[in-house]
Amino acid sequence: MDRQAAQSGRVQSDGTHEGFLRHANFRWLKIATMISLLAIVSYLIIDVQPRHNGGSWYGYTLGSIGVLMILWLSLLGIRKRRMSRGHWSLKAWTSAHAYLGLSLIVIGTLHTGFQLGWNVHTLAYVLMMIVILSGIWGISVYATVPKIMSANRDQTTEAQMLASLRSIDRQLHDAAQPLDQNHAELVRGSLDQDPFGGGIIRRMTNRYPACKTIAAHEKIMLVTESAPRTRDDPLEKVASLLGRKRAILARTRKHLQLKAMLEIWLHFHVPLTFALIAALIAHIVSVFFYW
Amino acid sequence: MSTKYRIAIIGSGPAGLSAASRAAVLGLTHVLLEKTDHLSDTIYKYQKGKHVMATPSQLILRSDVDFGAGKREFILDTWDSQTGDHKVNVRYHSEVKAIEGERGSFNLQLTDGAVIEAETVILAIGTQGNPNLMRCDGGGLPHIQYTLDDPGAYIDEHIAVIGAGDAGIENALGLAADPEQRNTVTIVNRNAEFTTAKDANIKALLAARDSGRVIVRTGTTPTLVEPGFITYDTPDGEAKVKCDRVIARMGSAPPRKFIESCGVEFTSEDRVAFPKLSPSFESTKQGIYVIGALAGYPLIKHCMNQGYDVVEFINGNNALKPADEPILEAKFKDLPGRKSVEEWLEFLRSNITILNGLTPLQMREFMLDSEARFYRSGETIFERNDPGSSLFSIASGSVEVLIDAHDATKIVPINTGSIFGEVGLISGRRRGATIRAGEDSICVEISRTAALKLQSSVPAAKRAIERIATERQLLQLFGSGLVSSDLTEVLDNSEIQTVSAGKPVITEGDEGDDMFIIRQGSMIVERKIAGKQVFLSYLPAGSYVGEMALIGNTRRTATVKAAVKSEVIKLDGTAFKALLEMKPELLARIKSDMASRQDLNAFIEAKKDSFSSVVDMYSNVANFLVENGMGEATDVLLIDESLCVGCDNCEKACADSHEGLSRLDREAGRTYAHLHVPTSCRHCEHPHCMADCPPNAIHRGPDGEVFIDDTCIGCGNCQRNCPYGVIRMEAEPPKKPGLLSWMLLGMGPGPGEPSKKWSYKNADPNVEKPKKAIKCDMCSGIDGGPACVRACPTGAAIRVSPEKFLTVAKLEGEGG
Repeated sequence: MDRQAAQSGRVQSDGTHEGFLRHANFRWLKIATMISLLAIVSYLIIDVQPRHNGGSWYGYTLGSIGVLMILWLSLLGIRKRRMSRGHWSLKAWTSAHAYLGLSLIVIGTLHTGFQLGWNVHTLAYVLMMIVILSGIWGISVYATVPKIMSANRDQTTEAQMLASLRSIDRQLHDAAQPLDQNHAELVRGSLDQDPFGGGIIRRMTNRYPACKTIAAHEKIMLVTESAPRTRDDPLEKVASLLGRKRAILARTRKHLQLKAMLEIWLHFHVPLTFALIAALIAHIVSVFFYW
Repeated sequence: MSTKYRIAIIGSGPAGLSAASRAAVLGLTHVLLEKTDHLSDTIYKYQKGKHVMATPSQLILRSDVDFGAGKREFILDTWDSQTGDHKVNVRYHSEVKAIEGERGSFNLQLTDGAVIEAETVILAIGTQGNPNLMRCDGGGLPHIQYTLDDPGAYIDEHIAVIGAGDAGIENALGLAADPEQRNTVTIVNRNAEFTTAKDANIKALLAARDSGRVIVRTGTTPTLVEPGFITYDTPDGEAKVKCDRVIARMGSAPPRKFIESCGVEFTSEDRVAFPKLSPSFESTKQGIYVIGALAGYPLIKHCMNQGYDVVEFINGNNALKPADEPILEAKFKDLPGRKSVEEWLEFLRSNITILNGLTPLQMREFMLDSEARFYRSGETIFERNDPGSSLFSIASGSVEVLIDAHDATKIVPINTGSIFGEVGLISGRRRGATIRAGEDSICVEISRTAALKLQSSVPAAKRAIERIATERQLLQLFGSGLVSSDLTEVLDNSEIQTVSAGKPVITEGDEGDDMFIIRQGSMIVERKIAGKQVFLSYLPAGSYVGEMALIGNTRRTATVKAAVKSEVIKLDGTAFKALLEMKPELLARIKSDMASRQDLNAFIEAKKDSFSSVVDMYSNVANFLVENGMGEATDVLLIDESLCVGCDNCEKACADSHEGLSRLDREAGRTYAHLHVPTSCRHCEHPHCMADCPPNAIHRGPDGEVFIDDTCIGCGNCQRNCPYGVIRMEAEPPKKPGLLSWMLLGMGPGPGEPSKKWSYKNADPNVEKPKKAIKCDMCSGIDGGPACVRACPTGAAIRVSPEKFLTVAKLEGEGG
């Protein structure tokens, strides 16, 4: 921050984009690594009898650190939505969230003392690991998908894509009036179908085998390809409109697929976090109950 | 026609009907002449239900007719009933075509042949009732209309809309919106391109054309209108087509010809000039008074007050103080010495050189937009690097300029009558030096709008400001012990030039040794390397170029072109060389600047050899940003799309930090190489939005942010003027339940801007919230700074100034 900005308290960047993973020169990666190393070294040095377990003083310490970290990490959901004043940066929070979350693998595992079984304690551990795995999935998606999405939308917005689809549909409706029954049915099929329907699997895989626009376009193309081109052939016009609709549909579907990829992991990460917290409560209560 | 009226009032808008009501209350014989069959046609023609605002709020309304913010219908009803109660003598369908005679006996000739005699005439006709007319043959036929109230009222017609400005396009789209009306709508544009309309309107029109709903004819003018047909002159020759109705939307102009024919003079030949007026609104033709929008006062409250005042003046009440008297009194109350408002105005006018040419009425108006302040000796007036675009003038005393930020003893005095702060006024950049009072002084701070108004109405003031500004800019830029007497010859041979965007001032390889100082706008420096134009650097206002050819006696070594419309001071090469010979320190200084620029060029050329693609990328990105308004920006939001996950948290944060409305559209806007410029305010150096704001509600704030204050009347001018489409007209949505009630109980719409549906459903039916202009204010006053940047989870959003972003440092960072 330069002198001017410091004076007025204004936040202005030095002009470079720095992602959350690189934030502050990998500050949280360094801190998380330190924490993990510290945990591993102390685990090796401290001799707990008869063996490392969650119930020793050392186990309790790691467990307490772990549970506090989990609670703090889950607060990101609130931080993100609470637009309060003050010099905080959500990017820094995300950075810390990602790296400290990863360090929980070490802390949680050492806390178990590698004693796993079919009980509520291991349930909490497994849930935590799944939450972390879904987080890793999220980070990998965040690192790769935005570029593809930016290239795919090529300066058009989602609203513009949908608007141009509607505009083409209107033109198709008008252009299809002179067509014969068979061809008109094909166009009607394309107009009546929800081109994005079919559930989450369709959207994620971006495969729409029952798409009536593609079917109509291909069937009409079979006719127009073999017929001589005349200037005012309504079928030619419909064919070209269907071709345009198909292209826009392809882009929009890809866009929705990428958007879904960016969001779907959160639908695992967040509910599982709540399950984890519930399991943690059960775990802690049962530990103290059977003290 | 036996009655001779004391006062004839032409035009029944707010000004005219207020004047007529005053005359009626005073019992003066009067007549109010209205062209149409209803009062106040301009407001009558507002769309139904429009909320009319009452600004400036601190001005007290002084009129016999009531007026307050409210719905159009309510205001019109009030005016109708109150003019009736006052027994105002209104004559409808009365259009005046000529005024003859002298004070005491004027003859007003009406278009219906009647003649009205009056002792005095008040012109309150405004500027709206004068649309540009169809000039072709048949231009007077009854199926030609100049307004369109209800597009749904026409069915099965062939309609031609003439003029493709916003009004014309909106009319054409309205007429073609519903296919059930089966109208054939043609829009006719004189030019090949749409130059005056908003981008969104043009896009909508072209879409309507592509879907066959509207016929668009460009490069076309109508030549003949007949019942049922219209003939056009098109690029392909003459065309006669069916036409049942013509809607002409070709703009409007002040009815200057008519006013001048009455003997009234204008202040200048300028198209937007106003008539010359005395403090009692009397024009140069004695007995004819001009008030309201035609006098240069577009706001309803001003108009109504003037209506009241002018009748009082005509009635001989010369002791009447204008309604703005209390405002001026408040402005002067902290100054030392007991003087009346009039004495203060005269004191300032006579002591400050640039104000000498103002009339007392102009002076009054001028002071409403300006502040007079008293400073004790040694008190700081502004600090170096403070933002500010106002001009200061010294009415008494003197000030000191601290020219060196590190050495408080280096000072230059400025004396009574002169000005300072002109750099901020001209370039919009931060203050270049700290200024403090040298003795007890009275200074007038002139707001940017007032200073611009002053310059356009008093050419001598404009010349004086320009000369002083040029001289100071040279002194500040080159320092090196120069004094103003050294510069006389250079200044005499200097010239201020306007350069349109993209035009070069210097072209690589050309002869020439003139120097250029960028006074306003910004420039980019390019050089041809290996057959490609490579971006070398970005020069903000206040930099100079051209020294390489001058000192090295070479041809121009690079091309310098305007990034946006700019102004440069051209310094004659010979005169400047003479100055350099006299001042070796200056020569040394310029040589060292030149050396560092040469190093930069050499660096980029070297990079170009080894990292050609990196340099090309840097060059392309720089050009992309300049095309997207970086050149006039002071602070812009940039999104790295390789980091942006599309969560729209920036928009949500923006809405939640500003009464529920987002001032940015993340997804919209241009992108190049994953660098995205979203639709969000760039805080231009010379904001286009400020240009035409009736209540003067747009300002530059302490952190350089351009913001709109509460006096916004929702007219939409700023939205139309913004070339980047960043201003929205929205009513404030109702308050949402808190975050926790949403998270835990599912109450309310959650973070971010609520949907229109939710806002509508939860609005308080008893409170009418008007639509106002909203735009980014850079989260001014919010601790922590811009919410969009703070709330970005991945670091994709940053705010930068162009100098920071368009530097070669980027190249070093990426080129390795």
